[in-house]
Amino acid sequence: MTDLTDVPTTPADLGVAPMRLLGEDGELLTGAADAAVTAELTRGLYRDMVLARQFDQDAFNLQRQGELGLWLSCRGQEAAQVGSIRALRASDHVFPSYREHAAALCRGLRPAELLTQWRGTAHGGWDPGDYRFHLYSLVLSTQLLHATGYALGVAADRRREPGVDEIVLCYFGDGAASQGDANEALNWAAVTGAPLVFFCQNNQWAISTPSAAQSRTPLHVRAAGFGLTATVVDGNDVLAVHAATAAAAARVRAGGPPEFIEAITYRMAGHSTSDDPTRYRDAEEVERWERRDPLARVRLLLDARGWAGEEFHTALKEEATALSEATRAACRALTPPPLEDTFRHTLAEETAALRAERERYTEWRESFA
Amino acid sequence: MSTTSEVSAGELTLGAALNAGLRQAMADDESVILVGEDIGALGGVFRVTDGLRAEFGDDRVIDSLLAESGIVGTAIGLALRGYRPVCEIQFDGFVYPAFDQIVSQLAKLRARSGGRLRIPVTIRIPCGGGIGAVEHHSESNEAYFCHTAGLRVVACAGPADAHWMIQQAIACDDPVIFYEPKRRYWDKAPVEPGPVPPDAPALDQARIARPGTDVTVIAYGPTVRVALDAATVAESEGRSLEVIDLRSLSPVDFGTLTASARKTGRVVVVHEAPTFCGLGAEIAAEITERCFPLLEAPVQRVGGWNVPYPPARTEEHYLPDLDRVLDAVDVTYQY
Ligand SMILES: Cc1ncc(C[n+]2csc(CCOP(=O)(O)OP(=O)(O)O)c2C)c(N)n1
Repeated sequence: MTDLTDVPTTPADLGVAPMRLLGEDGELLTGAADAAVTAELTRGLYRDMVLARQFDQDAFNLQRQGELGLWLSCRGQEAAQVGSIRALRASDHVFPSYREHAAALCRGLRPAELLTQWRGTAHGGWDPGDYRFHLYSLVLSTQLLHATGYALGVAADRRREPGVDEIVLCYFGDGAASQGDANEALNWAAVTGAPLVFFCQNNQWAISTPSAAQSRTPLHVRAAGFGLTATVVDGNDVLAVHAATAAAAARVRAGGPPEFIEAITYRMAGHSTSDDPTRYRDAEEVERWERRDPLARVRLLLDARGWAGEEFHTALKEEATALSEATRAACRALTPPPLEDTFRHTLAEETAALRAERERYTEWRESFA
Repeated sequence: MSTTSEVSAGELTLGAALNAGLRQAMADDESVILVGEDIGALGGVFRVTDGLRAEFGDDRVIDSLLAESGIVGTAIGLALRGYRPVCEIQFDGFVYPAFDQIVSQLAKLRARSGGRLRIPVTIRIPCGGGIGAVEHHSESNEAYFCHTAGLRVVACAGPADAHWMIQQAIACDDPVIFYEPKRRYWDKAPVEPGPVPPDAPALDQARIARPGTDVTVIAYGPTVRVALDAATVAESEGRSLEVIDLRSLSPVDFGTLTASARKTGRVVVVHEAPTFCGLGAEIAAEITERCFPLLEAPVQRVGGWNVPYPPARTEEHYLPDLDRVLDAVDVTYQY
């Protein structure tokens, strides 16, 4: 392991060094070979991070242009998200929080689907069944229990049909870990042995509250206290995140207890487009993390090893430009559905009461036509 | 698999009728699982799940952790996976830790997904007072849930109906809050255990518990018995009360209510919850809007007082009883 004195050890002394495979100068560290770090894997992860950053930037711009009501940027967290989701199988189920855009893109979600909620044309935006990627959760930590329940269902299916080998992964933040639901879920999963990987992106801040003010114990230590197998990883090292998640996923898939991964990372932008991060954190801190940019680090490795030539970078740039154009067009094309739809979707079958109210609404609206 | 034959036809308590209903639902559909505190070996604190673990195994009758948000939150996850979880909340006053999971998650996921997700979770809650219990064990919290679109809220009142309603609730693709009147768990009536007969009222229909011509008395859950007793007394005084068991608190079957109100012109609504912002207020408003010209008097409400549920030794002064119902009936004649 490399010298990690420079890595933040919030909220308290981590006790263990976060797992790392890629040095800050882009050199591969001990363990990279064991983790099967290849040119192909690295190129793929890098591509996904570049596209995610492009998408995030476009969405941010669209918010500034008044096209989106709000945007919660994932800039800085691309490695944590891409590294983890790429370590899963397509058949695994993911329960996100609300900032998992990079992970969502890896699952194949379309820009339009990811933007609906923020443009205000829907509360959901995609079919969770299509992507095995569930809807975003805005109430913090609720999804940890949904993921636990889902994983319990998988476990029950597995007992009936031995072929079932899916697992569940759940994203949440360091602030969310303070909620009762998070603690109920960690305990519940540990006690029941649900096939689940909890993935905490400790991006240092919960809006303006630093991790150190949320928790007296490091989160992975707390998780271990519940009886989960816990790992702490450098969340800005996509190769380490990938390796740690792949290992945790394999253990869970093989029937091991639920796992907890704490990825130490950083939210580069404000909490949301309405936030002013300069009120609570200093420029020096942001700069320090800028130097640990998860994309730049991989780029150094790719270039140093000659794993990606000019051709690769040009093609990737073109891909990013195409995504950017598609994102802007898709956003502007998003129009609100008629309110009538909501009446129809409130219950499995519209009741007489709902129908009567919908008809009253429609009649009232049409009286202006 | 079905073991309904073990339950012989005849009289059953409401608790046993629910038990038989759960058994039937579990036998009919493998995806039905029960989750709750102490529901396995113990059979629940009211024994409603008695014997079901022995019959269906601990994979399908699951003793949950002591965590209400966890019970409902994991049930949502199980439902997303294709199961039909039936949660038991041990007492009415302990549902609040799960409030967010119920009103913000369970109720809304279907609409949020544009109708793509189905969350068939049933949450059984023993409700109401009258058993001399300690604090937080006698609450009527239906209004909180009725106020949230996306939930169905129902209350059973008697054994036979409870037997069918629990099966209907479990088979329903919507989340259902299922209230069980705890002071009626031991009431007995004839029950024919088995699947829901085709002529049973649908889950969202009200039921005329006793036909009458002079005054409509609308009640649900524990107060249906009170209303029926009031009707018996009123009859001896020469008044014919029509008692309606509401059954579904959300949505409300206003068709049945207004048909009766039009016939009698006098309406009394009875429930245990405080009348302030209670279901009775909604029913009174709706009946007034729909039947105003035919009413002989304003709709009367009889309910709990607007105070926290009182200590056990005073609950008889809090709970609407036969006399308060008859008083309200008298008031409807004073206009
Ligand atoms: C139950 C609840 N309380 C408050 C909020 C408001 N809120 C939204 S995000 C946030 C901070 C969350 O921080 P963290 O979990 O670390 O995630 P991050 O935003 O850093 O990704 C807060 C307080 C909320 N969404 N839900």
